[in-house]
This record gives sequence, C-alpha cells and structure tokens, in this order.
Amino acid sequence: MSVMKKILSSVAVAATMMASTAQAEDMRIALVVKALGIGFFEAAAKGAEEAAAELGDVEIIYTGPTDTTAEGQIEVINSLIAQGVDAIAISANDPDALVPALKKAMQRGITVISWDSGVAPEGRQMHLNPSSNALIGNMIIKLAADHLPDGGQVAVLSASATATNQNIWIDEMNKVMGDYPGIEVVTTVYGDDLADKSYREAQGLMQSYPDLDAIIAPTSVGIVAAAQAVADAGKVGQINVTGLGLPSEMAGAIDSGASKSFAIWNPIDLGYSAAMIAHALATEAATAEPGAAIPMGRMGSVTLDDTNSGAMADPFVYDSSNIEQFKSIF
Amino acid sequence: MKQLLSSRELILSAAIVVMLGLIATRFPGFVAPGNLADVFNDTSPLIILAIGQMIVILTKCIDLSVAANLALTGMVCAMINVAAPGVPVAVIVFVAIALGALLGAFNGILVWKLDIPPIVVTLGTMTIYRGIIFLISDGKWVNSHEMSDAFKAFPRAEALGLPMLSWLAILMVVIFFVLMTRTTLGRAFYAVGGNPHAAVYTGINVGKSQFWAFVFSGALAGLTGYLWVSRYAVAYVDIALGFELDVVAACVIGGIAISGGIGSVGGAVLGALFLGVIKNALPVINVSPFWQMAISGSAIIIAIAVNTRAGRTKGRIILKKAEHAS
Repeated sequence: MSVMKKILSSVAVAATMMASTAQAEDMRIALVVKALGIGFFEAAAKGAEEAAAELGDVEIIYTGPTDTTAEGQIEVINSLIAQGVDAIAISANDPDALVPALKKAMQRGITVISWDSGVAPEGRQMHLNPSSNALIGNMIIKLAADHLPDGGQVAVLSASATATNQNIWIDEMNKVMGDYPGIEVVTTVYGDDLADKSYREAQGLMQSYPDLDAIIAPTSVGIVAAAQAVADAGKVGQINVTGLGLPSEMAGAIDSGASKSFAIWNPIDLGYSAAMIAHALATEAATAEPGAAIPMGRMGSVTLDDTNSGAMADPFVYDSSNIEQFKSIF
Repeated sequence: MKQLLSSRELILSAAIVVMLGLIATRFPGFVAPGNLADVFNDTSPLIILAIGQMIVILTKCIDLSVAANLALTGMVCAMINVAAPGVPVAVIVFVAIALGALLGAFNGILVWKLDIPPIVVTLGTMTIYRGIIFLISDGKWVNSHEMSDAFKAFPRAEALGLPMLSWLAILMVVIFFVLMTRTTLGRAFYAVGGNPHAAVYTGINVGKSQFWAFVFSGALAGLTGYLWVSRYAVAYVDIALGFELDVVAACVIGGIAISGGIGSVGGAVLGALFLGVIKNALPVINVSPFWQMAISGSAIIIAIAVNTRAGRTKGRIILKKAEHAS
C-alpha cells in the first residue's frame, strides 16, 4: 500500500516537474496541502490559480502527499527544493516535523509560508490564519443580529464547557455585544459535540425561552443538531440557527430554512491569499516581519503579529445563494 | 420472586413520579402531556437498547459494543440510502436489524465457541466496529441533504399522536415482554444467569443461550442504528459515542442484577425512562453544566442504592412467610 502511495506521489511530483519545465521563466509557487483529493484543498488550489491568473507571470504547483502524514510532506518539500521552485506555501500535517526540511528550503532562497495549519515560527517566514478569534467572535453574533433588525433573544449552544476554542470565541463575542443593541444573549448551553445531547439541549432552549429568536452554535456538530431540532419542532422561520459549520453538513438546514446563514473560512479565498502573499514575499515587494502589512490582492492586506502570523479575514458567510456551489467542496 | 420484581418496579416508578414533581416545581411545562410524549420519544432509542442489554446481562454477560454496533449499522443504512435513494425504508429497516444481529452474533460466537469473557469480547468488537465505520466512510459524514426524504421521515411519521420512533419502542417492549415471560427461550435466559450449573442439568445449552442473547442485543442495536441516523439526520464515526454506558446504567437502575438471572423488561424500560427524564430535564431546569454530570451520576447511585436495599428487605420478608407457612 505504502509502496503504491510512494509511486503515486512520485508520479505526481514527476508530472509537476515536467509541467514546470515548460514555462521556466514564470515564478513558480508550490501550494503544498495536507493530502491530495480533499475538497477543501482542491478549492484552495482553485483560489491560488485565480491569484496566478491575476498576477500573470505565476505558475501554481498544487501538490501534497496522498495521505496526511508529515513524512509524505517532507518528501514533497525535498522534491520541490530539487526543482528550485520560488515559493512554498504549505498547510502542515505537523508543526515541528517539517521545520528541518523547510529550513533547508529557505537556505536555498525559497520563500516559505504556512497557511491554514501552521508551522513553528523557525520553519516559515510567516503564517496565514484563516481568521482570528476576535473576528470569529464578532461574526457569530453578527450572523444572528443581521436577521434581527428589531433585536431579540439569542442563546449559545457550544461544544463542551471546557472546549478552549469555543470558550475563546464566546468571550470575544461577549466583548463586542455593545455593538449589537437589542440583542440579548439569554444563556449558554453545552452539547458536548454529541449529536443527541446537542439536539436535546436545543429542545431545552426552545422550551425554556419560548421567545427565542436565534441559536448560535460555534461548533459543527452543534449547529447541525440544533437546526434539526428546530426543524423537528416546527419552529423554522421563528428560530434561526447560525454559527460555524461546514457547507456540506449544513446544506440540508439551509434548504429547510432552519438556518438562514452560517460562516466558516472560505478555502478559495485562503488559497488565493496564500498565493498572493507568497508572490509578494518572493518578489520582495513585501518583507515578513512583525507589524508588516502584506498585500493580498482582492482580500486586502494581512498585518503580522509578533510571531509573524496574521489573520486573513472575517469568516465567509454561506447562505441559500452560495450553498449549492460550496456543498460539494467541503 | 414475582412480588420482589414488581416492587422494584413500583419503587422506580414512584421515584420517576417524584422526580417529575420536583422538576415541575422549577419548570411546570415539563410535565405537560405533550412534553412527556417528547421525553418518551427521546428516550425510545435508550429503551430499545436497554431491553437488548437486559437479556445479555441476564445471562451473566455484558455487551459494550451496542453503541458501536448502532453507529456502524446507522452508517451502512445511510450509505445505502445515499447510493440507492430508491430503496424503500422497510428494506433499510430489515437490513439494519439483520446487520445488527450479525454483528451481535459475532460477539455471541466468540463468547460461546471460544469462551472469551464477554467484557473482553465486546470491548474488542466495540473498537473494531468503530474502526470499520472509519474504513467504509473514509471518516466522512453523511449529511441530511444527501439522505432521501423518506429515509428521514420514517421515525418522525405520527400515528395516533405518537411518532413511529415511540411506537417502535412500545412494540419492542411488548414483543420482548412476551418473549421473556411466555417462551422457553426467555425462561432459559433467566435459568442460565440464575444458576448455570442447574441450567445445564435441565438440558439448557448455556453458551447457546448467551449467543442468542447477543443476537437479540445486536438486532435491537441495529434497529436503533437506523432510527438514530434518520432522527438526527447525520451519520459519522462518533455518533452515540459512550452511549453503551447509558444503556448499562439504565439496566442497573432498572434492577437488573449484573451477576445475572434477575431483571425484567419492565425494569429495563423504567431504568431507561429514569435516565431519559434526567437527561431531558437538566437542560430546562437551568443548572450549571459542571453540576449536570454530578447530578446524573448521583441520581444513578441513589437509584441503585434504593434498589438493592429494597431487594434486601424483601428477601427477609419471604423467609418470614416461609417460616409461618411451615
């Protein structure tokens, strides 16, 4: 099996090598993903191609191992170094294991950035996060507030009471509540990322707060379960379920109307931005240092913090207008 | 014996009524008939699984693979539905029961023919079944928009004011009540757990009875697998993770002796309802999530303590009666 994978990945690398020799004068940016064949990364590659088309003189090499291992990515990186690409933008399978290989790449003058899933600071020039905690916290309450022009009651359905990510996002949300007058967060309940418990908690919310207008679930299991509970209770249109979810998992809820909109990062934008940043750094149009602002084409610019990492944008909002396009992607 | 069982059930019923009363003081809407029907519906999967688990425990075994069996069967049903949306729900229900029974039979064979302790067998198959879900699904979810409407509608379809999910639970209670009290096989389960040596002398094959107990438990888990996946309209590797412990807890609360031989369908149902009421009440009575786990745990221990005490005093009374009679 692993021999087969090795053959496959070396064929893939050989193919990209052959393709790349054809246009040697272009700048070559390698988009290295966790594994080939994942919808999310295919979409990111589409975004990177879009950036390449916009920039003109750029060729995108979309590559990665056939399974999500650090070893597979190291092989890919080594072959990219041998090809002498101009930049590597990687979503890492391991933050530390890839550092030596990526250091070697940087010593050869290759621009190295990480995106989506980061590499330790010594192994890359900068890291692009899809979003930031503050932006996510603001987005989840904004999603609910946008459909409640006259204000209303919202409740939060989180993962477990001790889930770090969700707690940070809810804290960030509470910080910006002043910007949304009339919106009252009545309670926070915990579904423990179990479909049945989340469903039951959502039912409990509907009973305890008969005037509830929205349920915010910043967790992909919770949002799906809450949408199903609202649909089963016949409260579609009365209670809007929103939060963070994946388009493929939420398509049913958008169709039924239980959820008007929800958010998650947009992989197309992420691939686009990664390619733009890699281009800017490789052409030395920008340098990666704390406080620097690096342009990302149509996505504006990213400002780096002390660890040379930055947040791309607000999470992307999905609703009935674009769910069809994205539900098959991820 | 019969008196002892019925009184256990009486105590448990009283405990559930008292609990409902306490909940009503904090949230009156909870005891509205409509809501109680919802609670029953929500508890139906637990009731069905608890009946199967009861039979297994009666024979001195335990089935820890029920939740994994449920998840695997559920995933297979969902994938069949995605691949062939035209397959009627009746066929899917049949496949679910058959596949569940097969997975249960696998446990049963290992216990029967290889004489491996049931807790070891089912711990192993629990992981194996979860692993198989990962293999067949590639770790991906089957989502509600991929499932056909008929597939999702079945457990929700209402008849005489109750959804099919509730009716199926009631049907299983009736079937297994008859099976356990009116058939040779049902009595064999009690005999095997109550006194295996005596059972052998009366011509009962202990291993075979245990095998059938696992088959029943598996078939019920399979049925629940389809119901679960269509009710929550999602199938993935981790559905019902840890649910086997709820099922065992429901049995223990229901007065089914872990040492085998003692228990009834009524006890399993009441045990499941007891847990179901707690699970559904906690979200509405506004207690901190950090307290919720402690409260469910204490409720279980109190229920069991009351149960065993009740059992003990009953034993003495029977002896006294025997003394007087002689």
